[in-house]
Amino acid sequence: MQFEYKVEGGDFTMAGVASSQVKKTLKQLGVDSSVIKRVVVALYEAEVNIVAHAYRGVIYVDIEGDGIKLKLVDEGPGIPDVPLAMTKGFSTASPSVREMGFGAGMGLPNISENADFFSIETQVGQGTTLQIEINFT
Amino acid sequence: MLLKEVCDLVGGSVVCGQERLNDNVECAFASDLMSDVLTLKKDHFLLITGLANTQSVRTAEMSDAPYILLCRGKQVSSEMMELACENNILIITSSLSLYKCSGLLYNAGLNPVY
Repeated sequence: MQFEYKVEGGDFTMAGVASSQVKKTLKQLGVDSSVIKRVVVALYEAEVNIVAHAYRGVIYVDIEGDGIKLKLVDEGPGIPDVPLAMTKGFSTASPSVREMGFGAGMGLPNISENADFFSIETQVGQGTTLQIEINFT
Repeated sequence: MLLKEVCDLVGGSVVCGQERLNDNVECAFASDLMSDVLTLKKDHFLLITGLANTQSVRTAEMSDAPYILLCRGKQVSSEMMELACENNILIITSSLSLYKCSGLLYNAGLNPVY
């Protein structure tokens, strides 16, 4: 089962729509609620990151029998220093992002904590691709 | 603690999700920072916040926190209400501060998430 969602940078009114859709789908499939929470928290953090930092992006969702693969590809400034970005508390978020309750430097570490597999590929001035995999069992 | 007791203790008004007032909640988490809320492993808690925008409702949805107590007299926008109704989330508003709401509920026996 595959889905694709477009995400616009800066549009906080729509941030979370994709995560919400994925949550509903996983519930319908009868996936364990604790696994659903890990998936949607990781996905929502990543979706908010696109809205907060990138110009635009696409979320690719691939649900298989034993797990879910998420790929988030954005066009944006990229991440100059990934280890620094993975440090809890480090953030480059703007004041407007902080006003939305985010930008505390928790997002990437929280994605990593919830994922069974997590990778970041990034090119400064081009964009960032996150890959997140979570097993259902 | 029943949600209707929560509402009474903080002198609150129910904005949406009235049918959940007889639900029972065991613990609460107070924060204006949604990033912190998203780190919680616990679900089915009361989110106490002063952050009045759609992302507080989205965060509650993703965190499986079906109850929001919005403090400091913040107004609930039509977008927030629509999103909360769609996800069966109860929103109570209170004119009291986040600190006072938390103190009243803690004193009445509502546990912290941690």
